Amino acid sequence: MCGLGSMASGAAGSAAGPGDAARAPDQALFPPGFSVSEIKNKQRRHFMFVRWKQQQRKDKLANKKKRKKEREALGDKAPPKPVPKTIENQRVYDETTVDPNDEEVAFDESTDEFAPYFNRQTVPKILITTSDRPRGRTVRFCEQLSTIIPNSHVYYRRGLALKRIIPQCISRDFTDLIVINEDRKIPNGLVLSHLPDGPTAHFRMSSVRLRKEIKRKGKAPTEHQPEVILNNFTTRLGHSIGRMFASLFPHDPQFIGRQVATFHNQRDYIFFRFHRYIFRSEKKVGIQELGPRFTLKLRSLQKGTFDSKFGEYEWIHKHREMDTSRRKFHL
Amino acid sequence: MASSARWNHVWVGSETGILKGVNLRRRQATNYVAASALRRDEGVCAMCWGDPSESEILVGCLDRSVKLFSTEKGKFTESRQCLGGEGSFCGLAVHDSSIITCVESGLLKVWRDAENVETQVGAGVCCMRQNPAQPQCVGTGGKENALKVWDLHQPEEPIFRAKNVRNDWLNLQVPVWERDLQFLPGSEKIVTCTGHHQVRLYDPSSPQRRPVLEATYGEYPLTALSLTPAADSVVVGSSHGDMAVIDLRQGRLVKCLKGFAGSVRSVQCHPTLPLVASCGLDRFLRVHNIEDKRLVHKVYLKSRLNCLLLTSRERWEDEEPEPAAPQADVKEEEDELWDGMETVATKTVLKRNMDPHVRETQLGKRPKKQKRTSAGP
Repeated sequence: MCGLGSMASGAAGSAAGPGDAARAPDQALFPPGFSVSEIKNKQRRHFMFVRWKQQQRKDKLANKKKRKKEREALGDKAPPKPVPKTIENQRVYDETTVDPNDEEVAFDESTDEFAPYFNRQTVPKILITTSDRPRGRTVRFCEQLSTIIPNSHVYYRRGLALKRIIPQCISRDFTDLIVINEDRKIPNGLVLSHLPDGPTAHFRMSSVRLRKEIKRKGKAPTEHQPEVILNNFTTRLGHSIGRMFASLFPHDPQFIGRQVATFHNQRDYIFFRFHRYIFRSEKKVGIQELGPRFTLKLRSLQKGTFDSKFGEYEWIHKHREMDTSRRKFHL
Repeated sequence: MASSARWNHVWVGSETGILKGVNLRRRQATNYVAASALRRDEGVCAMCWGDPSESEILVGCLDRSVKLFSTEKGKFTESRQCLGGEGSFCGLAVHDSSIITCVESGLLKVWRDAENVETQVGAGVCCMRQNPAQPQCVGTGGKENALKVWDLHQPEEPIFRAKNVRNDWLNLQVPVWERDLQFLPGSEKIVTCTGHHQVRLYDPSSPQRRPVLEATYGEYPLTALSLTPAADSVVVGSSHGDMAVIDLRQGRLVKCLKGFAGSVRSVQCHPTLPLVASCGLDRFLRVHNIEDKRLVHKVYLKSRLNCLLLTSRERWEDEEPEPAAPQADVKEEEDELWDGMETVATKTVLKRNMDPHVRETQLGKRPKKQKRTSAGP
């Protein structure tokens, strides 16, 4: 028994794999490429693995300390710290990234469906509705959304078809239609349709937090028109989506309200947050969240108003074809 | 001096009214409309070759003007208004040096110098195409407007009028929505694709007026089609960004072409090479190889693209002969010595040296041309 045990310990100790640094060199008897996972005794294997793990950590900390010392020794002449690799900064180049000096794209954007809003010819008027028979959370979410978006009206769906709602909205001068879909009381989809002639975007919605569920929230938002922040919408598709969100809110925010609605795009997920800010001093700014918060992911952008069967799609997320690289983003 | 426009492989018309020439070998796209002269109501909705040698392109715009673009000169040379009827162009063709236009309200018109021939082909037209074998024949089809073939010499009655398929199992009428059609070479057959995701083959020579073959693909409207070089299968594109090759003998799906993000608006196959070009709302021009399904080229063209024309040139690699070294130099050389061999040698050397420079000068010249074109119409 004892002999076997010592052999096993020798085997693991000499392993060229993870365990090689942990052992003294005089026990090196086993071939290179031997790893802890080859030990058949479970107890022994676990023991060796824990030891290997500890050693790894020790080495790492020692290395870190060493590097820090070197940096201190060099003082000002130390080389700049390497930038950590993230998926975002390793992003695959997207050729549709909008160049602000591009005349053609500028023309395309200045004459698209949102041009009347950006030329201040229309005032946003938004209708918010849900799927049929909404349940508690969805209803409350709609109510809270309507407090954020000025000049928005929540209507009960009454089992009406969207294709029948849209002409009525157009005749009543609504500029946008928001439909919240739910699944088992959880809001999970958002259709945003610009009126009168499109486009229509379909988002998947997740992580909905109502005002009640947010910790350290501020007092209820005021009636002031909020400011809008759109972050990281860089590609041509991203621009279209960003313009769509921008056209939900009226021009000329009332800065006295100190409220901001943020649409932050990160890795194709759009995070919505609603904050109130305050300048405490010249340097310090305080923010408090007012809620609700939710996350959107674009599924499709359709030309024209809602027509899922015969409509023409400008962009559809085909996950089998498009999600081949983790570093490729579309917005 | 011949313009480099002649050597473009694909011509694309965009929704913003831009005609773009794409040289795939050089990976270069050129706008032939100045950025300052853009108007959205001049959006291109139909295009066709003006002559068999492909030196002219007819461009039908949203404001009902038809412009003539000369690929030799690289600019628009003529423009005429083709009014009448309602809606935008859904087809454009040339016959006996006169333009044939068809608009959405169903007015088919041949613009002759003396008198125009007008025909009402029925409302809701989606497509009009010419029979390449018999240029006096055109086919039309649309929403609740079954396929009809017209002989422009006898425009009173169609020479073939398709019949709708039998009622369905509930004894309800099957809706008709022809989105695109094409004539098969070597026979009288016509292939159409519909907004209800069917591909249908009609045979006017047989007594049956109903389709002789029907195949379905996917579940979204098919928007464009094109026959493959062998003419035994057809490439169809859908509004959901799917493209597939469908066999016309058995009506079977042969293969799917991948890589699309949005609706396909126009598809065209090369008449001999196994290449298919497609463009659509996702603002990309894509060229696939039909045989191995590979995406050969993908070009971002910045606007939504409505229609395209693919050159039928056999030798894809044919390239603009690099403009020879400035002529003055050649003359001097000729004066100096008459030895042909040596001048050739020096020329080639010059060419290589000049190469990047020449391209630069061309690029520099382009805006001037564009200005001229914008001033023309």
